[in-house]
Amino acid sequence: MSAATATAPLAAKPAVDGEGRIGLRANLRHIGALARRNMLQIKQDPESMFDALLMPVIFTLLFVYVFGGAVSGKGHQQAYVNYVVPGLMAMMGMNISMAVGTGINDDFKKGVMDRFRTMPIARSSVLIAKIVVEVGRMLIAIAILLGMGFALGLTIHTDVMHLVAAVGLSAVFGASLMWIFILLGLTMRTAQAVQGVAMLVLMPLQFGSSIFAKPTTMPGWLESFTKVNPLSNLADAARALVNGGAVAHSVWMVLAWSVGITLVTAPLAVARFRRKT
Amino acid sequence: MVVAMTTRRLNDHGGTAAVEVRGLVKHYGETKALDGVDLQVRQGTVLGVLGPNGAGKTTLVRVLSTLIKPDAGSARVAGYDVLTQPRQLRRVIGLTGQYASVDEKLSGRENLYMIGRLLDLSRTDARARADELLERFSLTEAAKRPAMQYSGGMRRRLDLAASMIGRPSVLYLDEPTTGLDPRTRNEVWDEVQGMVADGATVLLTTQYMEEAEQLANELTVIDRGRVIAEGRVAELKAKVGGRTLQIRPTDPAQAAAMAALIGGAGLDGVAGANADPAEGMVSVPILSDEQLTAVVALVSARGFGIAHIDTHLPSLDEVFLAITGRPAESAETGDATGTETGDGTGEAEAAGTARDGGARTAKNDLTHDDENVEVTV
Repeated sequence: MSAATATAPLAAKPAVDGEGRIGLRANLRHIGALARRNMLQIKQDPESMFDALLMPVIFTLLFVYVFGGAVSGKGHQQAYVNYVVPGLMAMMGMNISMAVGTGINDDFKKGVMDRFRTMPIARSSVLIAKIVVEVGRMLIAIAILLGMGFALGLTIHTDVMHLVAAVGLSAVFGASLMWIFILLGLTMRTAQAVQGVAMLVLMPLQFGSSIFAKPTTMPGWLESFTKVNPLSNLADAARALVNGGAVAHSVWMVLAWSVGITLVTAPLAVARFRRKT
Repeated sequence: MVVAMTTRRLNDHGGTAAVEVRGLVKHYGETKALDGVDLQVRQGTVLGVLGPNGAGKTTLVRVLSTLIKPDAGSARVAGYDVLTQPRQLRRVIGLTGQYASVDEKLSGRENLYMIGRLLDLSRTDARARADELLERFSLTEAAKRPAMQYSGGMRRRLDLAASMIGRPSVLYLDEPTTGLDPRTRNEVWDEVQGMVADGATVLLTTQYMEEAEQLANELTVIDRGRVIAEGRVAELKAKVGGRTLQIRPTDPAQAAAMAALIGGAGLDGVAGANADPAEGMVSVPILSDEQLTAVVALVSARGFGIAHIDTHLPSLDEVFLAITGRPAESAETGDATGTETGDGTGEAEAAGTARDGGARTAKNDLTHDDENVEVTV
């Protein structure tokens, strides 16, 4: 039987044990190498950064100047800046996450995925690397958003640590959403279909939340919806962290949602990736 | 004078099986991509898996590289079972498909460096190995350009280099030259021969008899998911009649006389000759260079002028005709080898179609580029 001929591979591959399991350090190294790949792709294709760079600028201007007067009264846009900019952090997280789904769908049509899947690496590392880089993009978008906010008169009523916490919370929630979009991206046939479905889900979630307007001004049924919408929790948490006020409830809600979403969708996404041929 | 044919034959190393496949079955609905395939590849040798589109070649490679699971049967690679030990198995294999499995947006060097890091080489080693392979595959000059700017042949070479980084003991080459022009094809062949010289065991799928003859020690011919013939290249060639020698006498009217002369001469192993008076051409099935030399010597000794000499390897079609009694057909069921599993996503089907198209083009290239022996008298 050929078992006797199982010669050791010529290259030393110490990171894999006899069972072929991959150790934590090797796993981190693989994720690093794959994240580097994703960053080099961006470098090669700088247009792919347009969404992260321009979206925060356009949205901030649009919402502050178009709706700011309506919400806070003409000439009082200033007050709306402090309301909407923390909320937009939540929106940035969501919109960047959506791009992951379309990205992974495109990536999948490439032969290089076959190579990854025939290599001695954990299959989840391909997905995690993507998320690492996308969180980076999300942080850039949020930084630009805050820059725009400050230019339009955003004031921090708490301190820098609270602001960092708000950014961190948005990133954590955004990362958990990415698993949903990865799952979508691996399930749908085309990137366009992913985008279409994602938009259908995103629009009601974003506008049916406390991101842009106070839910108390909405009809009762919609107000009830905003209360269970995690985007409201995130917007409220970010707002309280920037403007002061009670944060505990909304922060815990956001963390609970993030963990819950990740626990459910990450294993599904990895399984989906594994079965994809 | 006759120009010697450049037939690069590889040495047999003998030894035990590095790849062992038993009763492998994979069905996609009605399509039997693999319908009970048995084969083995001896350590250090090249097995050519020959078959038309849709014969199951790619499905076989995908099973052996742990990309898909078979419905039945077993397969062991370097002693590891594809079903129960996929993680160990992935450590010892390298795969080069019809479609370059490299990241098009990354440069050649970045691609190789990334794969080195994924194979747990240190940064320094990964860099050194990348440069070494770029050099070996003549890609040093293009090392910094993104792979999408590479020509088809360069991409294929980069792909081969990528497969070599981990020094795999078993290498799968899935139609490595499909869609390449003849010159690039020769470059790829040279690289493959280099890998074999370094001791790799290779499973090569191909649609081209010529490629199989150039690279493989043994051949397995598959059709519709089944093995229909196997053996050493020479045996199989003998089965299908080796090459065909075509001679055009300077005076076309002499074709029949020439054929009669060759047929009646009783040359060792030369069964007979056919004259095609309309074309003024004589066809002689031959098995060796010696027979070719003998036939040419005979006709020129008897004073026939020779205007043109040509030899053809049997094409895949001729091989199929000889073995099955029917021509090879690209399975009507579509390219089952490329199509999807259960979830039937559209992109794979599209890829399958593209594959068919590419293969056809390449096939035409090849049939018009059979090994030629030009003679001037």
